[in-house]
Amino acid sequence: MSNATKKTATEARAELKTVKQTPGASKPDAILVVDNVVRDFGGNRAVDVDHLEVQRGVITALIGPNGAGKTTFFNLITGFDQPSSAKKMFGGPSADKAAKWSFNGKLLGNTAAASVAKSGMVRTFQLTKALSRLTVMQNMLLGAKDQRGESFLAAFVKPLWAAQEKANIAKAEDLLKRFKLYEKKEDLAGSLSGGQKKLLEMARALMSDPVMIMLDEPMAGVNPALTQSLLGHIQSLRDEGTTVLFVEHDMHMVRHISDWVVVMAEGRVVAEGPADTVMSDQAVIDAYLGAHHDTDLGDDALLEEGAMDAPKKEKK
Amino acid sequence: MDMWIKVLYDMSANMILPTTAAFAIAAIGLNVHFGFTGLLNMGQAGFMLIGAYGFSVATIAGLPFWAATLVTIAAGTIFALLLGIPTLKLRGDYLAIVTIAAAEIVRMIGRASVLNSVTGGSNGLPGETYRNTFSALSPFPDGKTAILWFDFDNTGVNGWFIRIVAWSLVVIFAVLVWLLMRSPWGRVIKGIREDEDAVRSLGKNVFAFKMQALIIGGVLGAIGGMFYVLPTSVQPDALGRNMTFLIWTAMLLGGAATIWGPVLGSALFFALRIFIQGTVDILIPDAILNTQQTEQFSWIMVGVALMLLVIFRPQGILGDKKELNFNV
Amino acid sequence: MVNTALARRSSPMSLRVIFGVLLGLLVLSFTLGTGAPAAHAATSDVCVADAETGCFTGTIKGVGAGVKLTIDGNGLNVPAETDKDGKWNAAVTVAGLYTITLDEKTLPEGVTLKGDAVQERDITLGFVKATIFSVDGATGDGADNGPSQAEIAAEGFNWDRLAQQIVSGLRLGLLLALASIGLSLIYGTTGLSSFSHAEQVTLGGLLGYTFANVLGLNIFLTIVIVVILTGATGYIQDAVIWKPLRKKGLSLTQMIIVTIGLALALQYTFQMFYGASTVRILMKNPETFTIGPVTLTFESLWAMGLSVIVLILVGLFLLKTRTGRATRAVSDNPSLAAASGIDVDRIIRLVWVIATALAGLSGVMLGLVLNGINWQTGMQLLLLMFAAVTLGGLGTAFGALIGSLIIGMTVELANFVVPGDFKYATALLLLIVILLVRPQGIFGRKERIG
Repeated sequence: MSNATKKTATEARAELKTVKQTPGASKPDAILVVDNVVRDFGGNRAVDVDHLEVQRGVITALIGPNGAGKTTFFNLITGFDQPSSAKKMFGGPSADKAAKWSFNGKLLGNTAAASVAKSGMVRTFQLTKALSRLTVMQNMLLGAKDQRGESFLAAFVKPLWAAQEKANIAKAEDLLKRFKLYEKKEDLAGSLSGGQKKLLEMARALMSDPVMIMLDEPMAGVNPALTQSLLGHIQSLRDEGTTVLFVEHDMHMVRHISDWVVVMAEGRVVAEGPADTVMSDQAVIDAYLGAHHDTDLGDDALLEEGAMDAPKKEKK
Repeated sequence: MDMWIKVLYDMSANMILPTTAAFAIAAIGLNVHFGFTGLLNMGQAGFMLIGAYGFSVATIAGLPFWAATLVTIAAGTIFALLLGIPTLKLRGDYLAIVTIAAAEIVRMIGRASVLNSVTGGSNGLPGETYRNTFSALSPFPDGKTAILWFDFDNTGVNGWFIRIVAWSLVVIFAVLVWLLMRSPWGRVIKGIREDEDAVRSLGKNVFAFKMQALIIGGVLGAIGGMFYVLPTSVQPDALGRNMTFLIWTAMLLGGAATIWGPVLGSALFFALRIFIQGTVDILIPDAILNTQQTEQFSWIMVGVALMLLVIFRPQGILGDKKELNFNV
Repeated sequence: MVNTALARRSSPMSLRVIFGVLLGLLVLSFTLGTGAPAAHAATSDVCVADAETGCFTGTIKGVGAGVKLTIDGNGLNVPAETDKDGKWNAAVTVAGLYTITLDEKTLPEGVTLKGDAVQERDITLGFVKATIFSVDGATGDGADNGPSQAEIAAEGFNWDRLAQQIVSGLRLGLLLALASIGLSLIYGTTGLSSFSHAEQVTLGGLLGYTFANVLGLNIFLTIVIVVILTGATGYIQDAVIWKPLRKKGLSLTQMIIVTIGLALALQYTFQMFYGASTVRILMKNPETFTIGPVTLTFESLWAMGLSVIVLILVGLFLLKTRTGRATRAVSDNPSLAAASGIDVDRIIRLVWVIATALAGLSGVMLGLVLNGINWQTGMQLLLLMFAAVTLGGLGTAFGALIGSLIIGMTVELANFVVPGDFKYATALLLLIVILLVRPQGIFGRKERIG
């Protein structure tokens, strides 16, 4: 399905070095290409992205101040919201101005959330949506793709889906072990702690072997120890060939693991590039300094590689 | 003392009535809608009425029993489609309002004098005109049989045959629902009840699942309606809004989102109402509350019971509290 | 925080408004006093149940006038006869068991009785007892369960009838608006779709019957009393039921079901106390007057006028007074309103009082213009109310007004297109169409719906 299996993660990242660091730059191997996505709320233009490409097989971070439109943009491209620039049957923008995005070579515009997920782009939510009154295992099994037993008529006949169910259970158990949730598998998801719910949501998203996983503020409300663990999971996802796009506020985390950074402000993409250079981009400074003049964009000590794994070395 | 025995007898008799079974089938259907999928269907009586008209009109028009039953099922399905397509993408309250409105429309159309020749207008259709195809299927000989303290006709209007068929269907449908709900399909449905967006993000077509649930519960309602009118007659006013609310009460009483809850709730509901009515009748002299008023009083109690039930014990008798503090 | 100087300025405004209302009502009651006198004794054709009288009533659909019945028992023998709508009634002055016999020979040609011609009923003084006789072959208009005014069959169209129907539609719309605004505001401030709001309307009508008919009070005094009483029920409801449930954290679904249980309990309470048949608020047959092609009763005229005044007052309250603005703020976004210092609980309490008072007012006036009220009147209108509120936009008061007018018009104008039985169905169909095309209604906001 994707080139990522043929190409290693390091090769994908290496390709990024050739990309121009301007908003809307084209990527050598783009898995997601977005055009003309606009979202208006009344008189307020929340999102106005002319062109954006996301490189396959790397970790891309989407950052920006509050209200920049990141989550709205997320919702738009995952089918949870409709762009104002969407093609309409009557009226609406002309074909070249209409919203258009393609994923993995397939044109997606005006598609429902479920179809987006089915084509391999799975997302998580800022406020976790663990299905509280189902067990952890049931949550995981829901994440699986193409379970024949989910079709109404087949559901009555257990032999038709029993084997698939067993395979899915085995896969779920593997993932749960990886995310350290195995002991909780028969507990109701509502009984998990906030951090465990985040892990569950990520594990559940992986059940369908997504090509691209989109994380909406994965570190929101997560304690530092768990943050480290989550970062590790995200990196190993990338190393296995999954493309990752995440929205974040935490600059430390962004600097630490992202291969590419896209900066949004007031609904537009204002800068793109590797983490360290983006931070010194004038447009980015303007966007951030406009809102928070004294914001510390990160403790300098954390800029050094490996500072997160070795807290003892941290300078005060 | 005799009066108390009569009350007890009435209670037990009411519990095994074929109309109680029909009621239970409709309650199972509502449970699929609300208990399992979280759909706020406030018009289950409308499904029952559509099923009742479907069966009776088809039979009167000359169709044999099995064909008329198919018409009933088709009527329930089409009604569900008509209701679901506009509303399943909207919030729960809207489905509630639309289902009530649709049920009222069915009732008004049934009552309309314009359609007198087809539906009997507000007088309805008498049972004799459509009951025969069903009675003809009875394998029992003529006569009466006494089992326990009941002595009924074998194949009468309220006889053993229809009771056995109706209650067997109750069991069959309960088992079918059980099979469904423990399958992956059922898991998706329960997930939808929890959080539609989460399920959507996992690639499931939520609209299709909700529509399937609506149709299943609706067909059950239609079949319930068919068996409700077989021993009685098709009276549009009898299958109106209050019937819907009674089904809700029975379902909540037994326990929504359980398999046997609606069945238990239905049987108990009828028994309890007779009990309350009988007790009040016996204990309170006629000068204060005469018979008609005790009947009204028992309905008041139903309304109050529904309120108390949903406030203090929303999981009903059989439900699991953890699984059922529902939120919309 | 709310500007206190502004508050001081707008308080006197609302006081002035209230004073103006009272004055207006007083003036109205004196000038129109002759048009709506208090009524005591029953006219000879309609039985009124009181401390010494019980009433047997019934309607035999489609048989017209002249069918005779006799009521026998307890030393009495009372005859009765159906009127042109098939309605009959008989007064008895002794409580107990009676036998009601229908004289089948007096049934019209081709009409036969279904079931027994003889029925037994137990009656208590002060109550009305309905007795049902069903017939076969009646060719008269099938009765609908709506208002008992004469129905215009769907024949042809002419401008005169159009004018009449438009005015009828306006009247229904205005009265519906009174009830719907409360429903919409309750939804806006608490998120609750109250299915028992219909019973508030019925309550108003039945209380109107009690005070104006049974107790014989002046109609305007009755209205004031009814409004105060129904408003009080709103206060009590919020204090005893809704606020504790909100604090308990009950979900909206559960609360909707509570309103359903409440509706059931109230309906049968009404039936228990007032009986099953329709009661009238004013006993005199209404006088009508004619302007051009339009014929209206005096009651209809000043009911409409009063509605308009009250609606304007409510609108002014919401737009101009500080409390009114706070109400709209809470209706828009409760948590944001609370964060800006508005006492949300107090506003919700006020909304319940206003909503139930308006519904009660609507009920009394509906009872007047529809010439009768029974335990089900509100329930029949509930769906029209929901249709109006949804059409206008759930949560907006102005939307409820516009929606009600549209629904009222639709119901009355539907007479041209469909037979009388279907006129409510038409409005409901309109509701379903709205949900298809524009679910947030005319004035509603899109974010509220899905």
